[in-house]
Amino acid sequence: MSSALSTKGLQKRFGSLVVAQDIAIELPHGVRYALIGPNGAGKTTLINLLTGMVRPDAGSILLGDADITALSAQTRVKRGLVRTFQINTLFPQLNALESVTLAVLEREGTSGIWWRRLPVHRDAIDEAFGILRSLGLADQCHRPTREMAYGEQRLVEIALALATKPRVLLLDEPAAGVPKEESAGLFTAIAGLSDALTILFIEHDMDVVFRFASRIIVMVSGRILVEGTPAEIAVDPRVREVYLGGVQHD
Amino acid sequence: MSIQANNPHQILSAGLGWTRLEIIFWLALLLPFVLTPSYLSLASQIAITALFAVSLDLILGYAGIVSMGHAAFFGLGAYTAGLISKAGWGEPLTGLVIAAALAALVGYGMSFIIARFRHLALIMITLGLGLLLHEAANSASWLTGGADGLQGVKIRPLFETFKFDLYGTTAYAYSLAGLFLMFLIARRLIHSPFGLALRGIRENWTRMPAIGADSQAHIRKIYTVSAAIAGVAGALLAQTTETVSLEVLSFQRSADVLVILILGGAGRLYGGIIGAIIYMVARDQFSGVNPQYWYFWIGLLLIAVVILLPNGILGGLSRLTVRWGGTWR
Repeated sequence: MSSALSTKGLQKRFGSLVVAQDIAIELPHGVRYALIGPNGAGKTTLINLLTGMVRPDAGSILLGDADITALSAQTRVKRGLVRTFQINTLFPQLNALESVTLAVLEREGTSGIWWRRLPVHRDAIDEAFGILRSLGLADQCHRPTREMAYGEQRLVEIALALATKPRVLLLDEPAAGVPKEESAGLFTAIAGLSDALTILFIEHDMDVVFRFASRIIVMVSGRILVEGTPAEIAVDPRVREVYLGGVQHD
Repeated sequence: MSIQANNPHQILSAGLGWTRLEIIFWLALLLPFVLTPSYLSLASQIAITALFAVSLDLILGYAGIVSMGHAAFFGLGAYTAGLISKAGWGEPLTGLVIAAALAALVGYGMSFIIARFRHLALIMITLGLGLLLHEAANSASWLTGGADGLQGVKIRPLFETFKFDLYGTTAYAYSLAGLFLMFLIARRLIHSPFGLALRGIRENWTRMPAIGADSQAHIRKIYTVSAAIAGVAGALLAQTTETVSLEVLSFQRSADVLVILILGGAGRLYGGIIGAIIYMVARDQFSGVNPQYWYFWIGLLLIAVVILLPNGILGGLSRLTVRWGGTWR
């Protein structure tokens, strides 16, 4: 069985700073992966590389069996490789329903239609509303995104990604800035997503990581240090040294 | 507003219908025929400028694409309409269509450059385009008449019946009809899925590719439409005044339309129309009193509006009208 997403020899440097060195990962279908590592380890850069927002200097990226290294960011989304952002990257003056409907229309390829009114596209609107309702945002979806509570905006990030019908979903610190007691709810929502979906998420809270990830990748200084199950990672001496032991966590 | 939070179709239909205020507004635009019949030429020029502002609003107000050289397409339409009538084809409606088609064609060509840039680079590129066409028209005086303007434009009566008379009755009716028809197209466009995509580009350029959107294709499309509408506005001016001066391509015209749109309120469709009315009437009045210094007052007005009403005059008004139950979207 081929993996959902894999890379070979992925390489990226900014000037003299190596941000990704010889990255080789393989994400099997339907697995929940956590990507952890100290600040500056290159986690977000890896997501940028995978989604085509940053071009690698060398190496290749495969989505299923297809080489997507040369494809544009939006084409990768169309193929099912989708991300969310660590810092809210939303449409401030659109309401949540408009935003998610837009993502549905883009997926359907109907966003170029200018001669029909938006309300005519009932199925797209129903689908967008369904996604928002499943994330508990039904009551808030008429409000401009910028007026929503921060935690709700984090959920809109995920709703936008889901509207593209991803096969592989990369979540860059989905709970960033969300109080600890709320982040569990957010991850419960993520855990409830379809089993067919392959998920890689960056997260700093180790409780969350060990609770929701079925496998963990540890990155340090642009390299992959180790990959394994939570139980293996928890006892790995290298991880304890450079990450869990080296940095005091709150 | 009384929107049911749990009916998604109602949420997305809100504000799309014609409001009473809108209907009154369009009917009021017929008043000059009876109230100020001696100002119909001015009214016609206001309608044309309003249409030009609407064309800019589609790219600036909705897609967030700045243009400092939009007169390029206005002038292109004006010269096209003028030249084909001079060549013997004086029928106005086909003239409009040809002018729009040529402006659209050039706009489409330019859009491949426009779609790749943002912000400062875009300002420079559009400025350059405007200057380029202005100088080209200036130096090609064998074709355009250069600084003396294009002479000998003769337009046939509208529908072979209504002559373009000195009082401007036909001119205003024609320009107003042109404005209204183009406005209907623009209105439908911004209420469509495509209009939503444009607002998405304006709101967050970087997020669009992450939801699978081809922003550049969207931008190429709206830029072409905007160029065509600007071309219609220019052609209307050439046909109703039966002359084309170099001024139609000037930087001043590009700057004026930007001021008009920001004054009236960008991204509201009516902003350009309201802005054009206020700006042109003010210019007419002020320049009668004090022709040299009238930009002083415009400068003052612009600063005051941007500070006090960041969303333009219409942005300020809409806060009031929402209380009356109408919206100006």
